[in-house]
Amino acid sequence: MKPPIYLDNHATTRMDPRVLDAMLPYFTVHFGNAASRNHAFGCEAEQAVDKGRKQVADLIGANPREIIFTSGATESDNLAIKGVAEMYAEKGNHIITAATEHKAVLDTCKKLEKHGYRVTYLPVKGDGLIDLDMLSESITDKTILVSIMYANNEIGVIQPVAEIGKMCRERGVLFHTDGVQAIGKVPVDVNRDNIDIMSITGHKLYGPKGVGALYVRRKNPRVQITAQMDGGGHERGMRSGTLNVPGIVGLGEACAIAQREMPEEMKRMAYLRDRLRSKLEAGLDEVYINGSMEHRLPQNLNMSFLYVEGESLLMGINDVAVSSGSACTSATLEPSYVLKALGLGDDLAHSSIRFGIGRFNTEEEIDYVASKLVDVVTKLRELSPLYEMAKEGIDLSKVEWVHD
Amino acid sequence: MAYSDKVLDHYNNPRNVGSLDKSSPSVGTGMVGAPECGDVMKLQIQVNDASGIIEEAKFKTFGCGSAIASSSLATEWLKGKTVDEALQIKNTDIVNELALPPVKIHCSVLAEDAIKAAISDYRKKQTARTPAAVEQTVA
Repeated sequence: MKPPIYLDNHATTRMDPRVLDAMLPYFTVHFGNAASRNHAFGCEAEQAVDKGRKQVADLIGANPREIIFTSGATESDNLAIKGVAEMYAEKGNHIITAATEHKAVLDTCKKLEKHGYRVTYLPVKGDGLIDLDMLSESITDKTILVSIMYANNEIGVIQPVAEIGKMCRERGVLFHTDGVQAIGKVPVDVNRDNIDIMSITGHKLYGPKGVGALYVRRKNPRVQITAQMDGGGHERGMRSGTLNVPGIVGLGEACAIAQREMPEEMKRMAYLRDRLRSKLEAGLDEVYINGSMEHRLPQNLNMSFLYVEGESLLMGINDVAVSSGSACTSATLEPSYVLKALGLGDDLAHSSIRFGIGRFNTEEEIDYVASKLVDVVTKLRELSPLYEMAKEGIDLSKVEWVHD
Repeated sequence: MAYSDKVLDHYNNPRNVGSLDKSSPSVGTGMVGAPECGDVMKLQIQVNDASGIIEEAKFKTFGCGSAIASSSLATEWLKGKTVDEALQIKNTDIVNELALPPVKIHCSVLAEDAIKAAISDYRKKQTARTPAAVEQTVA
């Protein structure tokens, strides 16, 4: 084991060497344009794209013709939401999403609000899950789309996607889900889960950056989306632009590996995650898990270390790559909006660390991280006036703090 | 974020961590910031009543590395100064010494506030104890 240790796999993953091997020939040998069907170079590229399309489709139980390649999840989210909003504008102007969505969904919705669309941002419960009754009450005859993520990027909480999809189907509303954190990590099936549109990206499942896909259902119901970029009419007219053949080969290979290895990998990830959790809980008091443990990705742990500020914690474990919900680590100087949506006070949000365990982590690494964190939290609590006050029995919520 | 060597040094080897007896008339305690803002500093001074010199300074800080370093540095600077000299310490001195980036200037402001709050607490205690001292100060 050699630090630094990477435990930030919700941000991005290291590419699997098998994926790189599959991609390499498509840069220099089979470099053709997949749209050039009149010669061998183009045909080779097209065949590679077809194979990638099938590998992506197989992982999510879809038909290959339902896969639209994009540059990644941000583009897929934009294409899905704006594409549906534009296509179904005559049917209605109401979109429902949730407060804990990724910015690619939230900011897309905010943009649409400026153009006359109405958006409902559902709150989440303390465990991070949406309330299905509230969703049901929010659907009106003007609702055209519900966009709720499959699994959250900060707390790993898995939404009741199949139930959401079923409700949408019954009420005649399209259902989009941002699947980037879930696909390849837990079983996702567009038919079982009643998904109409789903965003996919390569780099969260040990594939390359800069390539993603959008699943667009072709029947029951047939979903149509308006293209957001004009050009050569690639991807059934939904996404113009020369296909990123090596990227697509990589995305496909990453999906195939994930599908093959998922049952074993899920067990190993859950084992490592639970090991980290139990070591931290054994070594420290006043640590709290954020979000449901029951409905959660096996790769994710999000914990608050009360009385210790997140950025100072990251400084103390500078050979471990994780992220914090602390304001000091974000560009906006606001603590994590996801944790705040769970009802966490700013103090707990400031004290949070997100651990994202991945395919290449080892038990030895987990043990190193756990022991290092216990040491650093203990040291910082000796420095913390809040810990001292709490140990004296002072209720911190009743203290009148002096600040501007 | 890149930290200056001095911030890292104070973070790794914080000076004067701890607490003084806050009920002692010679001790002034300043507590500034709030947990929801991500920074709370407690800074204490112990003053020699005869000489007016700060003999001991202690801190505890909940906050980012720059907040810890700012308060640690403040305790170093406070020791050996008179109360009046201590009031001359400015947040900009801390910014310069620690090479704090603009987003961390509030940490130095908080440290200056903590120094002022500790001195104010000490003076309040002194005033309560010896009314005559007030007349002298005023005069």
